[in-house]
Amino acid sequence: MKKINRIILAIISLSLLSAFFTPLWEIDLEAPQYPEGLCLEIHINKIGGDLNTVNGLNHYVGMKFIEPDSIKELKLMPYILEFLILSGLIVSITGSKKLFYIWFVLFLLLAIAGALDFYLWEYDYGHNLNPEAAIKIPGMTYQPPLLGTKQLLNFTVHSFPGTGGYILILSGFISVLIMLSEIKRKAKRK
Amino acid sequence: MNNLTKNLLYVFVLTVLISVSIGCGGKKEKGTLIESDAASKVYVEPGKFDEFYAFISGGFSGQMSVYGLPSGRLLKVVPVFSQNPENGYGYTEETKPMLMTSRGFIPWDDSHHSELSMKDGAPDGRWIFLNGNNTPRIARINLSTFRTEEIIEIPNSAGNHSSPFTTANSEYVVAGTRFSVPPDNKDFPINTYQENFKGALSFIKVDQNTGNMNIAFQIMTPPFDYDLSHAGKGPSDGWFFFSCYNSEQAYTLLEKNSTQKDKDFILAVNWKKIEDFIKQGKGTDKATAYTHNILNEKTHTATSELIKTVKVLNPADIPGALFYMPCPKSPHGADVDPTGEYIVGGGKLATVIPVFSYTKMTKAIESKSYDGEIQGIPVLKYESVLSGEVKEPGLGPLHTEFDDKGFAYTSMFVSSEVIKWKLDTKEIVDRMAAFYSVGHIMIPGGDSKKPWGKYLLIMNKITKDRFLPTGPELNQSAQLIDISGDKMKLLLDFPTVGEPHYAQSLKADLISKNQLKIYKIEENNHPFVTKSEKDARVERKGNEVHVYMTTIRSHLTPDNIEGIKAGDEVYFHVTNLEQDWDIPHGFTILGSQAAELLIMPGETCTMKWIPKDAGIYPFYCTDFCSALHQEMQGYLRVSSKESNVQLYFNSNK
Repeated sequence: MKKINRIILAIISLSLLSAFFTPLWEIDLEAPQYPEGLCLEIHINKIGGDLNTVNGLNHYVGMKFIEPDSIKELKLMPYILEFLILSGLIVSITGSKKLFYIWFVLFLLLAIAGALDFYLWEYDYGHNLNPEAAIKIPGMTYQPPLLGTKQLLNFTVHSFPGTGGYILILSGFISVLIMLSEIKRKAKRK
Repeated sequence: MNNLTKNLLYVFVLTVLISVSIGCGGKKEKGTLIESDAASKVYVEPGKFDEFYAFISGGFSGQMSVYGLPSGRLLKVVPVFSQNPENGYGYTEETKPMLMTSRGFIPWDDSHHSELSMKDGAPDGRWIFLNGNNTPRIARINLSTFRTEEIIEIPNSAGNHSSPFTTANSEYVVAGTRFSVPPDNKDFPINTYQENFKGALSFIKVDQNTGNMNIAFQIMTPPFDYDLSHAGKGPSDGWFFFSCYNSEQAYTLLEKNSTQKDKDFILAVNWKKIEDFIKQGKGTDKATAYTHNILNEKTHTATSELIKTVKVLNPADIPGALFYMPCPKSPHGADVDPTGEYIVGGGKLATVIPVFSYTKMTKAIESKSYDGEIQGIPVLKYESVLSGEVKEPGLGPLHTEFDDKGFAYTSMFVSSEVIKWKLDTKEIVDRMAAFYSVGHIMIPGGDSKKPWGKYLLIMNKITKDRFLPTGPELNQSAQLIDISGDKMKLLLDFPTVGEPHYAQSLKADLISKNQLKIYKIEENNHPFVTKSEKDARVERKGNEVHVYMTTIRSHLTPDNIEGIKAGDEVYFHVTNLEQDWDIPHGFTILGSQAAELLIMPGETCTMKWIPKDAGIYPFYCTDFCSALHQEMQGYLRVSSKESNVQLYFNSNK
């Protein structure tokens, strides 16, 4: 690997640490009687923001209580991230191109798996409704969007990456650039 | 018809016509001319906020109301000295101790004056103090919660009127007695008034961190009627000025017997000097009894403590700390201007407004220019302390407030008007009619070092035809006046709560930024808190039953209770588990002889209930909380004393 690429790789690996302190994803809810807005912050290891209020509101339509303690992903994700950071640093130190390719593919797969898992969780959260719910609207489900804005009954729901999420995405893009740069170099040598 | 008859007929017709067209006294045009832009000056757009909070004393309601200015919109009535069934204040087990006194539980008082806490002579928005006039007490209200946090009773007093004014950094709140009474309320013959009755002036120390009050000392002055007071500021910081009437020392038909002298007094008290005397060990701790009630924000529970001694000072103990300034005639207001140089007396039966000079007062004291003494207190010469008089002000000058441009505004009760005059020249520059019979007046910060001289609020004693009529009993009325220009301009009339005697006001952001929105459930240390539905339960201890109940949208837990027996003392300890702003829940049960509970998010409140007869007693949430509020209900079964129904509770089974 080029020296500059190794340095950049070390930097982006370390920048992933930010995901331990800032939310990966933010879901904002707007309604007239919540002028201050409601927010769910999805962190690598916890769910913050107005969780109790959102739980309280959602039980009317039969959505499950979000109990961070019972979400396996929140326990698993810190280890995955630590692994990515450490292995990224090792690859940068060794400078092995092969190891970098492996690391890149792993990063990509884990990111896709993460997004897919999040989508599936949202699907379940929005569709798997308690049949004893007080308010039942035929045909209505409450899955929040993965990315973008959606109207769910009286709430306008916005779903976008948080600071940690943006850094993660940016790191992904930069590692693609490293990848391209390394491939180009290989091609030149031949 | 002959001529005489004809003429008589003309006269008769004319008389009828005239009397019909005029009526008795005629129908006059109401109010003064309103400027065409008045409406836009008091209009606050929906969703926008007022510029000022105004805290208006509730008078005989015993409470304090909070208005927004300039809109005149009522924001809240804060319960202070009177029970308030609307939110359970004074009815719940937690708040009953707030209304305890050495004379037992008192459900009402007459709250006269509000006074904001101060820092460097200007309102700082931490607390507001309010006096209870009838059963002498001072209350402190926390302005981050708008709750009465503390009430202290004042011994040796009656008609706690020249209260609760504070020093420039709220080191002290004072409480002067309007009725002089025998110390410790002994039953002397009334006609021994002059020997045995005293006018107690109490100085209450305020802890700057907690706000907690304790009576530092009481000065036993001659038996006059102490009416109002204000602290010095700037150069006069360290002094307190109390107006007093009845220097005749009358004890019957005061209307005549206390109004014979041309001058009464303003008593100047050098409290910093008194602090030194106390450090030297002056004063005696006298046996007495008064209560000190404090609401603990963590347990949401008030406690009432009976205190048995108070430090008493006689004028002889503190030479050079008290001076009487002669003041015409039966003065009400004792108001200190923003610079601290002028002390304005509102002599309600006087034909002038006397303005005293602090500089001249200190010189007169230095040169001992006395005009005799009363029970050891030197009387200063009127001319030697006078800065000047406002001549021909109108009738019944009562109370003066100040703007930030060197002007003073005085209410004239008898001639029903407000005058604006220049402090340095004492020259009247404007006057405006009041509708009707204005009592106290208020400019935001107008008794402090930093008035916001934009509005003047006047509080009228007589309402009559200002609003749509509501039978014989009418609410009092307030009027808002624009004082930003040379001429006063009437902007708005609005009705008030109770009978306001005084008000305070300050810029809204000094308070709005500090608001508490919820009580954190994890910090709730109430001895009967229920922090989660899992812990909701019913426990019996002899004939006492404690129900640990929770509320959250939209259910009460437990909501089926059995095994209660007629005559049991049932305590419902209801914890609101909500942690969202403005989601209180209410609680009540059929036949409750208390008021409802209104429980803020994260708070615990307790209702005591003694069912007399067996039967089914529904209970429910009284505050519309959600779409399923109407479903927020439950049943309690009461069985006869002899029955053996087991204690049972559940939810959703």
